[in-house]
Amino acid sequence: MENFTPISALLGGAAIGIATAVLLFANGRVAGISGISSGLVFLPRGDSKWRVVFLGGLIGGALVHRVIFGWSEGITLDASWPLLVAGGLLVGFGTRLGGGCTSGHGVCGIGRFSMRSIVAVVTFMLAAGVTVYVVRHVVGG
Amino acid sequence: MAKLVSALVAGLVFGFGLGLSHMVDPAKVLGFLDVAGAWDPSLILVMASATGVAGVAFWFVSYRTRPFFEKAFMLPTVKHIDVKLVGGAVLFGVGWGLVGFCPGPAIASFTYGDPSSLIFVVAMIVGFGLTKLIPDTPRAVPA
Repeated sequence: MENFTPISALLGGAAIGIATAVLLFANGRVAGISGISSGLVFLPRGDSKWRVVFLGGLIGGALVHRVIFGWSEGITLDASWPLLVAGGLLVGFGTRLGGGCTSGHGVCGIGRFSMRSIVAVVTFMLAAGVTVYVVRHVVGG
Repeated sequence: MAKLVSALVAGLVFGFGLGLSHMVDPAKVLGFLDVAGAWDPSLILVMASATGVAGVAFWFVSYRTRPFFEKAFMLPTVKHIDVKLVGGAVLFGVGWGLVGFCPGPAIASFTYGDPSSLIFVVAMIVGFGLTKLIPDTPRAVPA
């Protein structure tokens, strides 16, 4: 267990939960990022302003974290561009087909004790784990 | 106006949480998914903490008839477990495992100015759109 960061994980998770609570109580919405972002592009109704503001805040909040906790700390994004394209297509298509991602099915769905979401989360966790195993230990090993 | 301020606050706090928990870093997420490698269980604590707080919120909200700034709640009503749900989750999981990005962290990672984030998000949006090609089949299992 290298690089385990339990304190920042618990505090960061709590912030995500609080953000979910704010959007729920104030706007009556589930904070599912795949639904919010795809709705911005593909829902024609005049319902896009709050989506723009929320997603702008999402980027802004990560920026605030960076400013406070260290600009030099970066992210590691090793994937080649064909892999980025394939991964992006699969994530976009899969989350819309399955009706949610790590936030919508994960945080919100499990928080609502939705059996549908629990099935989705177990499924995408297993699929992701198998994928990483194949990429790192079968193909890359 | 109020509902835009609350959406902004929710977005800011969500993005801050993704940064603080390091979930915005694909390497951190892949470290969790790589059970056979140097396993990093941090993601499970992020999910547990976020889900716990969200669970309390969803429990309390059931006592309210409407949200503060909208006329009505817009919560998911679908309950079916079907091929679309499971198939979509499998495809999402494979994409997540290939890169280490799910939608929230991918968008929040724009903060780091890496062009790879943009390539991924553009492809993701195309992926959203491709689901429009699938006809709305009647669900096999009635409610």
